[in-house]
Amino acid sequence: MTEHIHCDVAIVGGGIVGGSAALFLREMGFSVTLLERDWCGAKASGVNFGGVRRQGRPLEQLPLSQRAHAIWGRLPELLGTDAEYIRSGHLKLARSEADLDSLIAYKERSAGFGLDLEIIAGDAFRRRFPALGDRAVGGSLCPEDGHANPRLVSPAFARAAAARGAIVREQTPVDRVSRDGDRFVLVSGDALEVRARVLLNTAGAWSHRIATAFDEPVPLESLHPNMAVTEPLPRFLDVNIGVEGGGVYGRQVPRGNMVVGGGRGFALDPDRARPQRDAVLTLMRDAAELFPQIAKAHVIRCWTGVEGYTPDRNPIIGPSRTTPNLFHAFGFSGAGFQIGPAVGEALAELVRDGRSTAPLDAFRIDRFPPTP
Amino acid sequence: MTRALSPVIVGAGPAGIRAAEALVAAGLRPVLIDEAARGGGQIYRQPPDGGFTRPKTALYGTEAAKADAVHRALDRIRDRVDYRPRTLVWNCERGALDLLCDGVTDTIPYGPLILATGATDRVLPFPGWTLPGVFTLGGSQVALKFQGCAIGRRVAFLGTGPLLYLVACQYLKAGVEVAGVFDTTPQTVQARALPGMLRDPATLAKGLALVGWLRLHGVPVHHGIRPIAVEGEGRVRALRVRHGAGEIAVECDAVAFGLGLRSETQLADLAGCAFRFDPMDRAWLPVRDTAGRTSVPGLYIAGDGGGIAGADAAELAGERAARAALEDAGLPVDAARVAWLDRRLARVAAFRRALNAAFPFPQDWAATIPDDLMLCRCEGVSAGTLRGVGQRGEAREINRAKALTRVGMGRCQGRVCGAAAAELLAGALGVGPDAVGRLRAQPPIKPLPITATPVQEATP
Repeated sequence: MTEHIHCDVAIVGGGIVGGSAALFLREMGFSVTLLERDWCGAKASGVNFGGVRRQGRPLEQLPLSQRAHAIWGRLPELLGTDAEYIRSGHLKLARSEADLDSLIAYKERSAGFGLDLEIIAGDAFRRRFPALGDRAVGGSLCPEDGHANPRLVSPAFARAAAARGAIVREQTPVDRVSRDGDRFVLVSGDALEVRARVLLNTAGAWSHRIATAFDEPVPLESLHPNMAVTEPLPRFLDVNIGVEGGGVYGRQVPRGNMVVGGGRGFALDPDRARPQRDAVLTLMRDAAELFPQIAKAHVIRCWTGVEGYTPDRNPIIGPSRTTPNLFHAFGFSGAGFQIGPAVGEALAELVRDGRSTAPLDAFRIDRFPPTP
Repeated sequence: MTRALSPVIVGAGPAGIRAAEALVAAGLRPVLIDEAARGGGQIYRQPPDGGFTRPKTALYGTEAAKADAVHRALDRIRDRVDYRPRTLVWNCERGALDLLCDGVTDTIPYGPLILATGATDRVLPFPGWTLPGVFTLGGSQVALKFQGCAIGRRVAFLGTGPLLYLVACQYLKAGVEVAGVFDTTPQTVQARALPGMLRDPATLAKGLALVGWLRLHGVPVHHGIRPIAVEGEGRVRALRVRHGAGEIAVECDAVAFGLGLRSETQLADLAGCAFRFDPMDRAWLPVRDTAGRTSVPGLYIAGDGGGIAGADAAELAGERAARAALEDAGLPVDAARVAWLDRRLARVAAFRRALNAAFPFPQDWAATIPDDLMLCRCEGVSAGTLRGVGQRGEAREINRAKALTRVGMGRCQGRVCGAAAAELLAGALGVGPDAVGRLRAQPPIKPLPITATPVQEATP
């Protein structure tokens, strides 16, 4: 017995982008059906590092990132939970004078966007962040950036959408997607058929399947950021830490555990990934060098996820170039968590107005040469 | 088998040692990895080298002869195996194991792999279970066998399973006052299970002798109890249990408790083995045939690590798995010996069913756990928090519940609280524990020191 649902908007993928799009579309009054193959927010949206950071993003992402910053400030009101979101500040460390120069250059380039970056170096840096090891010569602080628990935030968006009347179906893979006249038809096994005027493709690392179904193949690659967490330790660090040039990042959660990331895991199959042994050992060494306080601790758990990366590391956000009323938002390349809610809001605007108030031109799907 | 296909055995308990013995007899040189400094596993754990004066008959009681035989078996093959004591296997990734020994990590590829990873105590929380002085039955036994001490001067034993009586007797023999044995299984249930246990009269007789010996020494043995609470301020002072319509309270300074054992399956999970729900163990276990073959070619499981059957079965299963590995590698095997092992293992399986009937898991216990009781000690998650995500429809599966509540995310990775968490979530959803799935294993399977150094970087 197949269930039939007719609605304004069908969303494939219940991560932070799909979940927030569902929420904002409901607030605009659209009927929404969200289909998630796994559990909402269980993939990259829910297992990422948890950094809520504007600093360091390419300038073209900053308008969306600023809008996301405002949404993050309203989390309790939107979701009914703060999801352990803390505006602790994000400190990007420089391990050399050259890296410090890069941070200064970024501060200057991003001056118009309201990040309020502060460069701290030398003795002032040591006094301000005595907990950090000698590896850093200084850093750039974005005081209103922070971190949150992704396992709580991302499912909460889909839950909030459901509470406002969205139909949210988990454990519901989309097996076929097609056009029938002016409607999209989504089929999940024998159980469900959804017909919708608008389709949002927010399926993360698996979004290229839908794009390809509408003759828009994209060069999307799955990668697997490697992460580890220590046992709880006495509090020594408030700020969320990144490093200029990449390599390692870390944050101490309110319970005291230190979450660190760096390197890559490997794919078990297209849907699942595992941490990689050498990456784990390298990460432990690099993290202990950066945070001497964890040197005597244990790593209690490692994990990774499946995330879609584009060649230029910018996401694909906006209308399809082949199919009316199809909108894409994926390929966040390891940096979708903070801007996710603003992307959801922008998608809702695209559905309602045909355009978004945030500039999306840099994220056009047709910016890549066609893939064979 | 070429050198590249050198067989690896994880765990030097009764299963692992018998597996190694069979491989050595076939002319191979297996790698035998064990966390402990000396072989024997948990059940036949040996005291630290030197300093211990208690003889094996005192340490292992009725099991002394078997313990000694297993220890001797390892001694005999010691120079023909690549024996790696004090070594934790913390990960299994793409055909290789990651080891940690004395702070140094190493990676070894494996050909045939025999997992003989054993079991730990299965526990459910009850009020007072986190008080200092409350130990698992297995932990209490380790104290006696390895640390040369008792968990208290006057100890109460609570739970069910053969270990309940064995450890109580071992404590009594060691000169500890046993305040009482409190078995969750009603005596009528145990009596009904007797005919089935006659399949192994020697073991049954030994079990009855343990109970008789306890009674002879004036130890009260109560059946069909449920715990109310361990009481005390900062330290165990008394155990209170419900018994029929009444209540029993005993003064004690320590409590040993356990509800049978649970298999250590993380490595099998990381290695990609298929799992199925085993109603008898009430747990998701690796699929394996009677010889120990799993769904992964070349990977075998022997002993309690694949399902709880006890030490005697583990010895048989270890040898059987080794012979399966030899057979699968195209090496000759003694068909008569294999047939004999299979017959013995079939008898063990039947006895195991009877034993399980005699010491059933108390299925009603989880429902009585108060909401404010600590369920996951590592992460500080209460029973009510876990039930909440089930009752509100936020989690219908145990990994989802873990993501939302942190249950099983801490140091023990759910090895202590996992069984209880599955029972509680299932209870909140009104389904059986099979329906909530199993916690996925993640490396490291036990905490890994940050200072762990790869062997190629470690200075000699």
